[in-house]
Amino acid sequence: MTPLLQVKGLTKTYGRHIGCRDVSFDLFPGEVMGIVGESGSGKSTLLNSMAGHLVPDAGQVIFDTRDAGPRDTRAMSEPERRMLSRTDWAFVHQHARDGLRMGVSAGGNVGERLMAVGARNYGAIRASAVDWLDRVEIRADRVDDRPTTFSGGMQQRLQIARNLVTGPRLVFMDEPTGGLDVSVQARLLDLLRGLVRDMGLSAIIVTHDLAVVRLLADRLMVMKDGDVVETGLTDQVLDDPQHGYTQLLVSSVLQV
Amino acid sequence: MTDYNFAYLDEQTKRMIRRAILKGLAIPGYQVPFASREMPMPYGWGTGGVQVSAAVLCPEDTLKVIDQGADDTTNAVSIRRFFERTAQIAVTTATADATVIQTRHRIPEEPLRDGQILVYQVPIPEPLRFLEPRESETRKMHALEEYGLMHVKLYEDISRHGHIATAYAYPVKVADRYVMDPSPIPKFDNPKMEMAAIQLFGAGREQRIYALPPFTRVVSLDFEDHPFVASKADHPCGLCGAQDSYLDEVIVDDAGGRMFVCSDTDYCAGRQVDGHRGRDNKEDAA
Amino acid sequence: MRGGAARRGIWNQKKMDAMIEISDLTKTFTLHNQGGAVIEVMRDAALSVAPGECVGLVGASGAGKSTLMRMIYGNYLAASGRIIVGDVDVATAAPREILDLRRETLGYVSQFLRVVPRVPTLDVVAEPLLALGVPEAEAQARAADLLARLNIPRTLWGLSPTTFSGGEQQRVNIARGFAHDYPALLLDEPTASLDARNRAVVLDLILAAKARGAAIVGIFHDTEARDRVCDRIIDVARFTPGMAA
Repeated sequence: MTPLLQVKGLTKTYGRHIGCRDVSFDLFPGEVMGIVGESGSGKSTLLNSMAGHLVPDAGQVIFDTRDAGPRDTRAMSEPERRMLSRTDWAFVHQHARDGLRMGVSAGGNVGERLMAVGARNYGAIRASAVDWLDRVEIRADRVDDRPTTFSGGMQQRLQIARNLVTGPRLVFMDEPTGGLDVSVQARLLDLLRGLVRDMGLSAIIVTHDLAVVRLLADRLMVMKDGDVVETGLTDQVLDDPQHGYTQLLVSSVLQV
Repeated sequence: MTDYNFAYLDEQTKRMIRRAILKGLAIPGYQVPFASREMPMPYGWGTGGVQVSAAVLCPEDTLKVIDQGADDTTNAVSIRRFFERTAQIAVTTATADATVIQTRHRIPEEPLRDGQILVYQVPIPEPLRFLEPRESETRKMHALEEYGLMHVKLYEDISRHGHIATAYAYPVKVADRYVMDPSPIPKFDNPKMEMAAIQLFGAGREQRIYALPPFTRVVSLDFEDHPFVASKADHPCGLCGAQDSYLDEVIVDDAGGRMFVCSDTDYCAGRQVDGHRGRDNKEDAA
Repeated sequence: MRGGAARRGIWNQKKMDAMIEISDLTKTFTLHNQGGAVIEVMRDAALSVAPGECVGLVGASGAGKSTLMRMIYGNYLAASGRIIVGDVDVATAAPREILDLRRETLGYVSQFLRVVPRVPTLDVVAEPLLALGVPEAEAQARAADLLARLNIPRTLWGLSPTTFSGGEQQRVNIARGFAHDYPALLLDEPTASLDARNRAVVLDLILAAKARGAAIVGIFHDTEARDRVCDRIIDVARFTPGMAA
């Protein structure tokens, strides 16, 4: 089976400071990969480099496109990359404000990607938006409200709806539950699990929260100071950590 | 008082503006940056239009200046006098006699012809500005033809008002490529933009020029199920009886009495000379 | 769907000698943050389980029973050796293969119920079926059936099991583990904290699984339960050098 995403030797430095170094892995359809590490580990740099928000210094990010098979996204032209990030890719930001248009209604936010790929029927766009709001458990009567009137959890769910409306195959998530109340986190995690399963999504999730990866990710990469120190099945890495740093990380988690 | 260079601007500046105009005509709807000069009127008073007019005027030209369709408002009068003084060109209020027409927020009712130039005064040239404040991002959107956001604006209108409520500065797609702000003309005027004359757009404060060559295809954006309608007030002109011209609503007394009259003063006057009379016209038909 | 039923049929038709085949299995723990201490917990383990067979693991507490089970599941890494489940060597397989194996072929009922908070019990139990593409209604019906058999009151089905008693959680765990007819099953203390009635239900589930050809490895402290369902007993002391697991 062709991997959905092949990352090869991805390196990003900031001058002399290492962002991420020589990261390689394959991601298959339907898999969720978690990337954990503490602040400064390079996990956000890695995520942003893969998603095209940062230009890496070396390496390839090969995505299995619908029309042309596996292609190195780094070698794509900017219009192609931007089109990809509006259709087959999605990016859920840690702060919903970075991923939403706060001055546009919820329906407009969800419909934007549809309109960006040519949808021109208002009724159909609105119906899609309402359908998606329902899937992320936002009441249909909020479709014309602006996200500024939403709670943090609702904003995050709206961001997810906005991203998933074009049926992407790969979702990048940067601390998707960060900053949310614990009870809201739980609901969001369950929603994400359900969507990943129902839509056959692959996802790459960056987080510092080990509990989140245990529940959401099939596979796990542990990063420290820009390097991937350990990788494997999530439950295996957390229950039988091989690397010293992973062992330290796991043993440091507070138990409730 | 020292003499002015013809039409106020120095020749080097005119050359720079003409280059921008040529580029604009070569790429219809594309906003060309230009080095907007300090003019003897403040920003917001038509400096962009004045600079474009100054760059295209020749001594043989006849200039007409209108403001919301009228030749006799303060702004139209003062800009016309400005060019009379600095260029000594002929001026007129008759649309058909003018070779260069500078306008604020209206297109004349009378169809323009080959050989005429219409110069628009533009406040905000960027149609996406209110949805996407970043210039870096809007430039990319234009470059990559990513106009989904424009439809988001129309979507918002419909969701809020039940119909596309944008009544002026209605966005258009020109030559099937660039989305453009036609300046704050009423949407009623949008269909007129497919015309035989050259159209030039100048934004002085924002420092952009754009242009449409004659017969450029201009399509007003809409949805399949909410098509564009060039609407106007559902009245005839009170003075000349015209059914097909854009109207101004005039309050005539303290009791709320009102009259609808043609916004285009030259068009209305011309119809009255031809003998047309509207319901509110108190003059004799003779 | 994903061919689970087809593969199960293949295992039965082949009348294989073993559904689970372990050989030369070794496990060490290296504690980097304790001076790099290396602890060997298993050496040259071997085990073979045929379809329809239930093997019970016995041994002193901490002797390595759970460790072996976790290694079969891929939850613990092997230092060397082979762990063949079906046609996959868990010790060396790619993560993707192990994920597929866990979804379709190999089930595991551990001692702990780990769930996403606030998910209703019915959905927790239905999830393995949903992951296989079973339609929601059918998955929930099967989940309901199991929960009823395990005497979880209907009123609790809409609640998250995180607030249940230990015995109730164990039964939810078991229901989830038996929702899909896995050809291979790992059961870690399935009858602990259960009363006689529920213990009987669980043993019936195990026997039914055996009858349809599942290969089962189980840890039972309860000798009566062990005697009822296990065909063979293996003492892990044979291959665990007596250190903590």
